Amino acid sequence: MEQQELLPHLFRTEFSKITAVLCKLFGIEHIELAEDIASDTFLSALEVWSYKGVPANPIAWLYAVAKNKAKNLLARNQTFSKKIEPQLKRLSPGNEEIDIDLSEKNITDSQLQMLFAISHPSISAEAQIGLALRILCGFGIEEIANAFLTNKETINKRLYRAKEKLQQEKVEIEFPSEAEINNRLETVLTTLYLLFNEGYYSESQDVVLREDFCLEAMRLTYLLIENDQTDKPDVNALLALMCFHASRFPARKNENGELVLYNEQDESLWNTELITKGIFFLNKASQGNIISKYHLEASIAYWHTIKADTKEKWESILQLYNRLLQIEYSPVIALNRTYALSKANGKEEAIKEAEKLQLTNNHYYYTLLGELYKGTDNTKAKQHFEKAYALAKTQTDKQTIRKKIEEL
Amino acid sequence: MKEFLLLFRTDYENIRQRNPEQAEVMMKKWMDWIGGIAAQNKLTTKGNRLQSSGRVVKSNNIVTNGPFTDIKETIGGYSIIKAGTYDEAVELAKGCPVLLTGGNVEVREIDVV
Repeated sequence: MEQQELLPHLFRTEFSKITAVLCKLFGIEHIELAEDIASDTFLSALEVWSYKGVPANPIAWLYAVAKNKAKNLLARNQTFSKKIEPQLKRLSPGNEEIDIDLSEKNITDSQLQMLFAISHPSISAEAQIGLALRILCGFGIEEIANAFLTNKETINKRLYRAKEKLQQEKVEIEFPSEAEINNRLETVLTTLYLLFNEGYYSESQDVVLREDFCLEAMRLTYLLIENDQTDKPDVNALLALMCFHASRFPARKNENGELVLYNEQDESLWNTELITKGIFFLNKASQGNIISKYHLEASIAYWHTIKADTKEKWESILQLYNRLLQIEYSPVIALNRTYALSKANGKEEAIKEAEKLQLTNNHYYYTLLGELYKGTDNTKAKQHFEKAYALAKTQTDKQTIRKKIEEL
Repeated sequence: MKEFLLLFRTDYENIRQRNPEQAEVMMKKWMDWIGGIAAQNKLTTKGNRLQSSGRVVKSNNIVTNGPFTDIKETIGGYSIIKAGTYDEAVELAKGCPVLLTGGNVEVREIDVV
């Protein structure tokens, strides 16, 4: 790898690891410090490597420098080291030397613990994702702003406030107890789910970045699976869900960067390795008798990896949606269910069901009605599509609807 | 939004006499009907079916084998839905598959305590 590419790549993978370990060491009140040391380390790398060349083992170099910077800070700043002394003593009792443990195990443990700390109900979902992206995934503020279609100031504020809140709530960076773990895991999974969604559905034009978000969400979910305490059925189901969706990445955009709808995708572009992985995790998730919404969504996603339109496929999907709606309602789920119903029970029944939904400020609602009337009453279909067009906000959505009108 | 208890009354003989295919067809109708209510965000709980056995406890320590109403109209299950008015709740109840086999649905508004 060229030196130009190496450092940004290492930043992405190693920044969060160093930060996680230092955060754990210093405590949540000193997240900023942990981030600063990590950032400084990369700054040093940039300076030193450009005239000395890339070291033989770049990662070891980074870790050594990070450790030194942390130790120097503790040595220089008596007040600070006194503050965190109890924490240090707790983590390495009887040790005179402060050990900054950058072993693989401690890195993984620290990241998981940070994941739990960040997925705290006291901060908003947006803030949770933002923090995860920054601290756990090593994304830059600008990249995050890009994905959320906002500016750096907004993101900085959001992260700042979130960190303040975590400090106020005195959130500990540690593994929840056996009794607590299921509860806390629920929030963690929601954060990861939203993180994945952010990558999958983000309006940002940066396709590579968005895919990276999804891959990061999958990486973190996998960390949970690798740890015995958190290797639970719903975590496996969530990973299966992510694998199935991610498998279609290569087919989702055409050369012009336009969204290619499922029905028009070239299935030979779908990543079969990811589909296989998804099936593996779904099977693993199905041992035991707990069915979470992730199980249902993953099962639906599984059916979508088979492009062929069969009665069995759509009847299965319909029943899965019927069950999903009982656990969790959302307009999107209701609309998707209605679409599945049209495929399984026929358009006539689906139109009746659709009209009961009355989701009149939702452009997807009118898009669905348009699809249902298409072929039987194209005038009505056009009216619905036009209403959808008026309500749609993003360019991508408007483009998609325009196409549907043209195809009538 | 108010909540309404739906009590499904049916002839258990009906259910006992079904063959597997008929049972599967009815199962789909029920799931689709419940799903439809859930899709409108008006389902509180799908509820449960009830076994045909039962007991009735009365005062003076009297316990009889229930249910003791006319055997053709035993409560076979219940659900709870949300609606603004009785009329709305009734509209939702009209889709219940129990009506296809001679059963009926009792709709009762739940008191807010």
